[in-house]
Amino acid sequence: MKVPGHLLAGALFALLLCAPLALDRYWVDVLNSIGLYAILGLSLNIILGYAGMFHMGHAAFYAIGAYTTAILNTSYGVPVLWTLPLSGLAAALFALAVARPIIHLRGDYLLIVTIGMVEIVRIALINDVFGITGGANGIFGIDRPQLFGFKIRQPQHFFYLIWLFAGLTILLFSLLENSRFGRALNYLREDEVAAEGSGINTAAYKLAAFVLGAGWAGMAGTIFAAKMTIISPESFSFWESVVLFMIVILGGAGNIAGVILGAFLVVGLPEIFRDFASARMLFYGLAMMFMMIYRTQGILPPRPRVYRLDRAGGAQ
Amino acid sequence: MEQFFQQLTNGLAVGGIYALIALGYTMVYGVLKLINFAHGDLFTIGAYLGLTLLTSLALTDHVGGFLGIGLLALMVMGLVGVIGILLERIAYRPLRESPRLSAVVSALGASIFFQNAVMLVYGAKFYVYPQNLLPNIPVSVLGMPIPLMRILILVASVVMMICLYLFVQKTRIGTAIRAAAIDQGAARLMGIDVNRVIMIVFCIGPALGGVAGMMVGIYYGQINFTMGWIYGLKAFTAAILGGIGNIPGAMVGGLLLGVIEALGAAYISMAWKDAIAFVVLILILIVRPTGLLGERVAEKI
Repeated sequence: MKVPGHLLAGALFALLLCAPLALDRYWVDVLNSIGLYAILGLSLNIILGYAGMFHMGHAAFYAIGAYTTAILNTSYGVPVLWTLPLSGLAAALFALAVARPIIHLRGDYLLIVTIGMVEIVRIALINDVFGITGGANGIFGIDRPQLFGFKIRQPQHFFYLIWLFAGLTILLFSLLENSRFGRALNYLREDEVAAEGSGINTAAYKLAAFVLGAGWAGMAGTIFAAKMTIISPESFSFWESVVLFMIVILGGAGNIAGVILGAFLVVGLPEIFRDFASARMLFYGLAMMFMMIYRTQGILPPRPRVYRLDRAGGAQ
Repeated sequence: MEQFFQQLTNGLAVGGIYALIALGYTMVYGVLKLINFAHGDLFTIGAYLGLTLLTSLALTDHVGGFLGIGLLALMVMGLVGVIGILLERIAYRPLRESPRLSAVVSALGASIFFQNAVMLVYGAKFYVYPQNLLPNIPVSVLGMPIPLMRILILVASVVMMICLYLFVQKTRIGTAIRAAAIDQGAARLMGIDVNRVIMIVFCIGPALGGVAGMMVGIYYGQINFTMGWIYGLKAFTAAILGGIGNIPGAMVGGLLLGVIEALGAAYISMAWKDAIAFVVLILILIVRPTGLLGERVAEKI
């Protein structure tokens, strides 16, 4: 199973990278959106999928990343791509500060608190907190990113930036999934008490998952800011968090391929059915209900880990 | 003093509305341990149905303002109650045995569905409730003028809360609701039809939420299809503040939150008004997750 699976994924990815040759600008832009949401979905997947924490405020971290880039670039002239790690760091530090007191909350309470958090962040952005966020209008005039003297401007250029970043994300997160860290998160998702009993510091692992997911979303924020060149609080509304949540839950929480499929379905399908654009959220709602009733685990749930006896310790 | 008094009474009126919505959250949570995310949208539906009935039936022209609005409120309660029962049947009952978080996702789906259904039916614009439904009789309390509407909303919500409290405490069905909230399995063994109890809870909660929607329409004059979200979240905060699952707690929490918010908006910052409720929510969950009155919640969260 192992080799064909990886080959298939690689072939699909290679095919995807050829897509801009055949598609017009509009569809390349759609693929860019899908890629961005796939990155965000994968970062949420660490928190929601692997660790099983119901977190519905992911847009807050995304927003902090995007605003970090926007502020550093427009006020201090820092090149956009240089702000990438800083955005991640800013979002991760914010997550560390807010998650600490709330991380122990169970299921639906955590959900509600994270919704409160994302709303507070949005209100703070609208109210021009510290006088640097530009209020309700947001920040405009963000530079295009530059890589080795090449200015990334066209949707086709962004396509490669976004999808290469997505590819890197997939690679790193699939390593993470099978690492000691990933297994510990799965364990505490399934049974927190047993995990604690087996010597897993559940609070620390949960916090680490939260911070890692948040930091990655912050970096996605940088790419978003560079792509749009203008950001405003409305880009990071609560519904953005809901869309991310749906990508992970509908696609298959805890499975990288599922999350990517989720991004294609949730972001891509409405583009195909553009005539029904106003009704698309209605269908999302219905899909969420029926999905939970008939296929709780999502379209592509993670395969259970298989440990062969003759290869002691080797995953799958 | 004048400003403080105005803000206090305004806060109490809005708090009464929060309390009515919060009751729906807390009753459902009490019996099913589920946060009914769609509750805020049932509130919106109440506001829109109230407006439609108000303009199409023109009851207030025939039987006078007070009686007309009373009758309309009853109709709205009935209709939204039926929607609540249907919601439970379709979105929650199949998930009764599933992990709790599946039901939460289903509830979110229902919320999105309702919100967009309202948008598709009515359109995305703001709707304006007709003004001057009630005769504008000047009232003053302690020598300070106060809009009649404010008093009526507060009185109506308190009366409804007292009725609900008596219903839950004194009647057979109310006893069954309390029993099912404490232990569903034991209640079933005692011959209580738990499905029926859940149905009743899903009728009463949305009915109160729906009438609260109509009150908001009358009080503020305009409604919008997304308003249920913010009211729902605040009412949920109120329920948590009072202790979720606890009916008197929801009432106290609602009034308290309304007053905190009104005073905060007046004396701290208007622009941060919406954030105040969320800060309260987060602080309560961190410091005292059982809320002010929710002492009996044994489950650790």
